[in-house]
Amino acid sequence: MGLAAAFWIMAVVIVAAALGVVFLRNVFRAALTLVLCFVAVAGLYITLSADFLAAVQILVYVGAISVLIILAIMMTREVPQGSPANRLKLPAFIVAAVVLGIMIYTVTKTAWQVSAEAPLTPTTVPLATKLFSEGGFVLPVEIAAVLLLAAILGAIVIAREK
Amino acid sequence: MLASYGLIGLFFVVVLVFSLTMVVIPIILRFLKIVPSHPNPVKNSTFECGMETIGKTWVQFNFRYYFYALVFLALDVLVIFLYPWAVQLRALGTFSLWVVLILVFIVFIGYLYAWQKKVLEWK
Repeated sequence: MGLAAAFWIMAVVIVAAALGVVFLRNVFRAALTLVLCFVAVAGLYITLSADFLAAVQILVYVGAISVLIILAIMMTREVPQGSPANRLKLPAFIVAAVVLGIMIYTVTKTAWQVSAEAPLTPTTVPLATKLFSEGGFVLPVEIAAVLLLAAILGAIVIAREK
Repeated sequence: MLASYGLIGLFFVVVLVFSLTMVVIPIILRFLKIVPSHPNPVKNSTFECGMETIGKTWVQFNFRYYFYALVFLALDVLVIFLYPWAVQLRALGTFSLWVVLILVFIVFIGYLYAWQKKVLEWK
């Protein structure tokens, strides 16, 4: 009962915030509603017993991605004027509606396999054992570090102006 | 365990209600004519949180700030790996310590490179 209520509150907040991102004319406010959307998605993860994923969502999306987006907005001119409508309004709406329809169709028509086991909580400790113990996913972890290194090098290349 | 997150949800509700009432109270008081309303330019001026800007408030920021945001993002993702390891530090032992040291070293190479290329200096 409480879980269902939490889910529906979160779902309404997510959809409202996502619509705000699209419809708000001021790009800065759109970015702030995007942050609200991220927070609500983290809440959704918690209702699904994925607490580590929720922490990651808060840490990366609310903490870092939103900073990136807001910084990018601060580098643009004419922020309050925002995103003026153009001729692609109708095609964009049609494509978005088709994608939404396909997603709703797949989600409702697929026979999802549901595990009978109770979810592991909290998830952080099993994840740590899987990632860092001998026989765990050590190599993928190091490869992820290489990926991070590539990201940093890319940032350096972008930031260095001749 | 979900109940403890329910407390956080309750906290959010309290925050929302509190901040909304703080905004609504003066409006209601004015509506009930308890608070007189005689606005003038001095009362309406910004008297805290900085000066009124000359020209546009929304200026274009320097592009170089974006680099720091990108580096912050990379560090943030590194923290995701360090966090479960730190939670389970005692049980995982020395092997995981080496794993994490290699992980941090690989990311640190990027910072050495940035230092070497003098990207971290503000020009």
